[in-house]
Amino acid sequence: MAAYEKLVRQYDRQVFRIANHIVQNREDAEDVVQDAFLKAYEKLNQFQGNSKFYTWLVRIAVNEALMRLRKRRTGRMVSIDEDVETDEGSMPRDLADWSPDPEALYGQSEMADILRKTIQGLPPGFRVVFVLRDVEGLSTEETAESLGLSIPAVKSRLLRARLQLRERLSRYFKRRDLKQAQDGAK
Amino acid sequence: MLDQDAAIPLRADLEQHLRECEHCEITLSTTRKTIQIYRSHELYELPDDLRERLHKAILAKCRKC
Repeated sequence: MAAYEKLVRQYDRQVFRIANHIVQNREDAEDVVQDAFLKAYEKLNQFQGNSKFYTWLVRIAVNEALMRLRKRRTGRMVSIDEDVETDEGSMPRDLADWSPDPEALYGQSEMADILRKTIQGLPPGFRVVFVLRDVEGLSTEETAESLGLSIPAVKSRLLRARLQLRERLSRYFKRRDLKQAQDGAK
Repeated sequence: MLDQDAAIPLRADLEQHLRECEHCEITLSTTRKTIQIYRSHELYELPDDLRERLHKAILAKCRKC
C-alpha cells in the first residue's frame, strides 16, 4: 500500500488535470481521480509492464472521465470520436500576427479564463489529444496507446486541435494595431 | 516543424517556403505560441487540502479491496 501511495502522489496532479479537461466539472473530476486510482489498484495484477504505468493509468482515467460525461448527459453516448469530422481550423482564416507578448495583454485570471473557455470549445476527441500530447507531454505513441487510437489518427487530431485553438485564440491575441485598423475599416 | 519530425530534405524545403510565405510563417509562429501558452499555464491546479482529501479517500477505498 505504501508503494501504491507513492504512485498516487506521483501522478495525482496529472490525472486531476486530464480529468478536468475532459469532464469540465470540478466535482466530477474529483470522482474520476478517485475512481481511476481505485480501478488501477484493482487491476494492478493485470498490468503487464509492456507499457509505462503512467500510460496505462491515463487510459483508465480517460475511460472513467468519458463514462462520467456519459452519465451526466443521460442516455447520450460520449466518445472521443465525436465531432472530429469538422473542418473548423483546417484552413487558417485569421492571418493576423499576434502581439509579441500575448500574455501581457491580460491579467493572470482573465488569461486563465480565456484559455479554459477556448480549450473547452474543442470537440472532446481533439481536446484530449492536445492535452495528452502538448500539455502533459506524452509521446505520440503513448497518446495513441492511452486513447486506443492509431498513430496517424493522433497526429491528424493533434494538428486539427492546434489549428482550431490557434484560430480561436487569434481574436484575443492579435496585434492591437492590426485589430484597431480592422475595426476602423468596418 | 513543430515536433522536429520532418526529415532533413523536407525540413529544408519547408524552411525555404517559410522564408518566402508570410502567411505560413505567421500560422507556424502563432501555432507554436498556442502550444507554449497552454504548456505554461496551470489551468486546473490541485490545491493541497483537496489533494490530501483525495489521497485519504483513494487509500481508504483501496484498503477495502
